[in-house]
Amino acid sequence: MSLDYNDMELMVCVASRFLEDNTMVVVGTGGPCAATMLAQRSHAPNLVAMFEAGGAGAQLRALPISVGDSRTWHRGITSGSMADTMNALARGQVDYCFLGGAQIDPYGNLNSTFVGGSYDKPKVRFPGSGGANDLASFAWRTMVITPQDPRRFVEQVEFLTSPGYLTGRGGREAAGLPPGTGPYKVVTQLAVLGYCPETCRMRVESLHPGISLQQVRDATSFELLVSDDLAETQAPTERELRLLRTEVDPQGMFIRR
Amino acid sequence: MSETRGLGRIFTDPDPDALRAHHSKKGMGLVPKVTTAQDAVARFVSDGCYLATGGFGGVRIPTALIHEVVRQGRKGLGFCGHTTTHDFQILAARSCIDRCDAAYIVGLEMRGLSPNARRMVQSGQVELTEWSNAALLWRLRAAAMGLSFLPTRSMLGTDTFVQSAAVEIRCPFTYKKFAAVPALSPDVALLHVHRADVYGNCQIDGSTVADLDVAAASKTVVVSCERLVSSEAIRSEPDRTAIPYYMVDAVVEVPYGSFPGNMPGEYYSDERHLAEWLSVERDASAFAAFLERNILGVDDFQQYLERNGGIERMRELRCLELLIDTRVEGQP
Repeated sequence: MSLDYNDMELMVCVASRFLEDNTMVVVGTGGPCAATMLAQRSHAPNLVAMFEAGGAGAQLRALPISVGDSRTWHRGITSGSMADTMNALARGQVDYCFLGGAQIDPYGNLNSTFVGGSYDKPKVRFPGSGGANDLASFAWRTMVITPQDPRRFVEQVEFLTSPGYLTGRGGREAAGLPPGTGPYKVVTQLAVLGYCPETCRMRVESLHPGISLQQVRDATSFELLVSDDLAETQAPTERELRLLRTEVDPQGMFIRR
Repeated sequence: MSETRGLGRIFTDPDPDALRAHHSKKGMGLVPKVTTAQDAVARFVSDGCYLATGGFGGVRIPTALIHEVVRQGRKGLGFCGHTTTHDFQILAARSCIDRCDAAYIVGLEMRGLSPNARRMVQSGQVELTEWSNAALLWRLRAAAMGLSFLPTRSMLGTDTFVQSAAVEIRCPFTYKKFAAVPALSPDVALLHVHRADVYGNCQIDGSTVADLDVAAASKTVVVSCERLVSSEAIRSEPDRTAIPYYMVDAVVEVPYGSFPGNMPGEYYSDERHLAEWLSVERDASAFAAFLERNILGVDDFQQYLERNGGIERMRELRCLELLIDTRVEGQP
């Protein structure tokens, strides 16, 4: 099998490695769901996926198209309700959540509401929070998978839909969000980014194979910090790519979009 | 400390005594309520009323009832945008909505954004108040509990809060911050369920999403079902009753009534048809013809189904839902 891989395969493989066994993750469709399915098949067989509409513990045989469709509780533990998922989050029983968004800022704040114009008359309206604000408010660790470019990685999001570290260290707690929660990793086609523990600003933690720090900076509209232990991301392994292509998404619904 | 209050408007009365007064005038008898989609919408959905839909956007949505609202030309509706995807898209097709509590609108998850729904919202013709899905859920639950608000930590610190109608409060016991979200009691809820009896006792297979809260919070509830069942069937497994008759005002039997949505255990979403919706919206005249063919110019929902593959397509979607491999041996 070829070890060539596209950006989506790279992001899914890298993101999946951050999901530990015996934890609970609330996921969206597409990349996050593929990363979860891959983690379950590669190193985390007891990773439990919970979905916003209530499904939990599915033994996923096919990628769901909606976070509420019947695939999300296929051979699962419960089909549940939205309140079940939201309450588990609010009680602190969800380790990870997995989000995307149109814009992200240095503190991991996310915009999925609009860009351009004003709130009342936006140039481009996006769906809004959905459950993203709730997931980002309550999950212990928020993961983001997103393509990296200067229009997405901005100094200030035009609308703060879902909370990252808000204004920096202590910002979440001051706003009333549960202590100890917040952004964890951002996985892009170029790098893995994390957050500086002192300032809660985004920093580069590892560069994907063949990618320079300058390329990551060029794809970012704000000043990026760099980890003292800057590493090279391990490329997707043959095993990861095989599982991804033959078991997770054999039809190439998402990984070859 | 100055009060922190969202800028958005509250579109419905959060006073629990308004809902109590409404219920006091409504009979609670165990009486048959079967009717047609046409009659239920004509009787209960009036211009300007506030509407909520059940399900999850493209899953177990009351498509047949929503088509009827569009066909009868309702205007000026308020809408509860609680992960609304294809349901929002249908109502946007004829600009039925002029105000909306928005948690998730204009998109269809992985399928993309609806060009027409976006046009409608970006033009400013729909007044929005912003929420998260959980915040809208707790608003419905507050009404369902006979309360005027519930506290939540969702939305704190964000612009979602700023554009909501929530108010920041302190807990009287812990002194922690919470967002108080006002009770939401829709005028009419449209739901689609798997089975109901003639009195409106409903069974749902799979996730109930927020349907129990929507049903309990709403002044009037219209239910469509895949099939009517006998009351004996309901009474033989009372633990399966998701929504009891006393929350329900009308029952309509519509097989495949959630098409092109996914009906858990029955049929998967028709991605071909949903993709057609999204692409045809790019061209105004093609979109007008599409609406005429699929909603405005059909007699009823069965005719819509027939125009979109009929029983053969429904069979395919059933096999997809049940993950049955239908390939014939020896053929590609």
